Amino acid sequence: MSAAGIAGTVAQVGTVAGGAPGVIGAMRQVRARLEGRAGPGAAQPYRDLRKLLTKEQLVPEGTTVVFSWAPAVIAAAALVTASIVPLATLGSPMDQAGDLFAVVGLLLMGTVALILAGLDTGTAFGGMGASREATIAALVEPTILLAVFALSVPANSSNLSVMVADTTRHAGHVLSPAGALAFAALVVVVIAETGRLPVDNPSTHLELTMVHEAMVLEYSGPKLAVIEWGAAMRLTVLLGVIANLFVPWGIAAGRGGALDVFIGLVAIGAKITVAAVALATVEVFLAKIRLFRVPELLAGSFLLALLAVTASYFLVGQPG
Amino acid sequence: MTVTGRDIRVVSPSELPEQAASWLDAGHRLALVAGHDDGPHLRAVYLFTSPRPPQRVELHVILDAAHPTVPSLAALSFPAGRFEREMHDLFGVIPLDHPLPRRLVRHPHWPAGWYPMRHDSGPAPSFDQTVEPYPFVTVEGPGVYEIPVGPVHAGLIEPGHFRFSVVGETILKLKARLWFVHRGMEKLFQGRTPAEGVHLAERISGDSAAAHALAFSQAVEDALGLEVTPTGQRIRALLVELERVYNHTTDLGALANDVGYSLLNGHAQAIRERLLRLNHSITGHRLLRGSIGPGVTRLNRLPDPDQLADIAADISELAHLILASTTVRDRFTGTAVLNQAQAEDLGCLGYVARASGLAGDARLDHPTCDEVPDLVGHGQGDVLARFLVRRDEIAASFELIGRLHDLIDDLSPPDATRHPSDPERRSGVGIVEGWRGTITHRLEMSRGRLTRVKVVDPSWFNWPALPAALADTIVPDFPLANKSFNLSYAGNDL
Repeated sequence: MSAAGIAGTVAQVGTVAGGAPGVIGAMRQVRARLEGRAGPGAAQPYRDLRKLLTKEQLVPEGTTVVFSWAPAVIAAAALVTASIVPLATLGSPMDQAGDLFAVVGLLLMGTVALILAGLDTGTAFGGMGASREATIAALVEPTILLAVFALSVPANSSNLSVMVADTTRHAGHVLSPAGALAFAALVVVVIAETGRLPVDNPSTHLELTMVHEAMVLEYSGPKLAVIEWGAAMRLTVLLGVIANLFVPWGIAAGRGGALDVFIGLVAIGAKITVAAVALATVEVFLAKIRLFRVPELLAGSFLLALLAVTASYFLVGQPG
Repeated sequence: MTVTGRDIRVVSPSELPEQAASWLDAGHRLALVAGHDDGPHLRAVYLFTSPRPPQRVELHVILDAAHPTVPSLAALSFPAGRFEREMHDLFGVIPLDHPLPRRLVRHPHWPAGWYPMRHDSGPAPSFDQTVEPYPFVTVEGPGVYEIPVGPVHAGLIEPGHFRFSVVGETILKLKARLWFVHRGMEKLFQGRTPAEGVHLAERISGDSAAAHALAFSQAVEDALGLEVTPTGQRIRALLVELERVYNHTTDLGALANDVGYSLLNGHAQAIRERLLRLNHSITGHRLLRGSIGPGVTRLNRLPDPDQLADIAADISELAHLILASTTVRDRFTGTAVLNQAQAEDLGCLGYVARASGLAGDARLDHPTCDEVPDLVGHGQGDVLARFLVRRDEIAASFELIGRLHDLIDDLSPPDATRHPSDPERRSGVGIVEGWRGTITHRLEMSRGRLTRVKVVDPSWFNWPALPAALADTIVPDFPLANKSFNLSYAGNDL
């Protein structure tokens, strides 16, 4: 644990917290431009958050503490995740907590908080969204576990920092059949987990087709702002983790100084931007699949993850 | 072409069911039922139409103003049952032995016994009176729950309340509760001159301005015995086709948008904008208002054939691109199937009927113009069929526009004149194939003023088809199914 490591982690969390709405804004702007629209600019989510924060807070009658605390839980889970995963630096003081299972658990905690909040409103839409989200989450979380597990085999550790550090030394560990399969599986589940096309349409106004949006329909004002911010951070962190698992170069080493941390921040910013733009670009050419096809898609990605695990044991490259 | 004459018969209430049954058996369609308040007595008019040769039969039933009752025709025809409920709500005419004698068009906040279309109804009462309950059928069973949606929706659409009874994601039953936008359109016509009335007709349903204006104008011309020149009829047909093309193009894009394919919706909106600007350049109004009136047809200039060909090619490419996505095809195919028997029983019209294998089209069945389009049809009755009918109708419309373009030799044809041999009638009927389907107007006049106008938009016939098509459809497919029908709330609820 070093001072630079602590500073790096603080900077990492601060960058995610501050930059996440920008990531969403950039994706929307890319999408708008590709569709031939002018778009509101990448800073629009910040303006939306500012607007929501000044609005009146409406609480539906009959809701409980579950509803009122869910936004905080979601945002907190995303912030803690941002602090323990290796995004800008490998020298995080919370390194020991940066375990694969802890990260998946934290992500699931946010999902469950939102599902419960949706149910807590007692409205048909909240329940409908919660039921759909629970179905998707039940299929997504095992896939994330399996896929990252496949990547952890070469590093002999389920600690994300150790895995990332291992990849920086042995690029061959991810440039393998297991790595390719795990990558494909992870991309699919990240799309599902963050409610992007073709699983969920983040820009729809059609109440009956919504998944994520249906659960947050009853939220307003500052609480809605916190949820939107939490969802943006979740997407940012997931994109960052995937990017670093496969392309870790640029990340500050455990003993790195302030300059290394700064380079790490710039590098992860660039990686997340590239990943977000790529995701938005692909989304433009996708239509939303029928809801009953979502399990098929996720089952396919689970199979890929399973194959990745198998491959990581049997197709071991020559040591060198 | 001259408008075919009408066969008008006055029948007693007891003769009505037998008469109606014989016309329906002879292949006629019940196009319209209208109540009339003649002062000392009430009158119900049943209009039956049949194609090839075009024939129109009217049954007039005189009713006692104090105790107006008619035998219900609901057992003979589903649309008749709905017309009777409307007539009860607006005029207080009681259909005897009606299987579902509930309110239809009258909002439950209006008091019982207040019938807005009666001449002595007075101003609309305030809404704070007793509210009649609106019973929804409750579907019971393990795991069944209800999803209420609307009447205020997240998007910019008209108001309608939908109540889904659902198990898991599968729709067991849908009840659509409409009638939130009653403007008293038919009453507003009364006392106006035909020239004033056409402005109202253009506003019955904003996306069908030309077709409703044409149906209204035809009805006035029928009543006054005005004969429009063939060139005038061709210009009118051209305008109605332009309206069809811009609306169908919007729908092609909207259907893509409802499966999250907003890229192609953007392209469709761009094409729609080009069509609206074209409309503006040839008529002076983007929605084609002001070009058609009773006896009058005006066009500023003809559309440029090259520009039309350009747009037609773009739309054809757009439809191709939408269907080239396998996800889109998967979402469209087999979704919300309305089979032919259902479409026929419910009396469906327009692209909804033609996507379910029915062949009705007023442009061919009740022609007023010497050029007619090729009939388009698909039989599967799903969202894909309704998409394909729209796509093919756009192509057929462009082809028809091309033929009409070459035949129109005068942009301001002389106003219609009274046919010397034709005596002035008190009533007239106009039948037009708007983009949604067959629009029927029937009006009565006295001393140059409208005394009663009855408007039937195709949405009136097609709304009951939406819940019928949704059996076994899943909830997240409802917006797509709804868009594939794209029914008008305002045209339905006058």
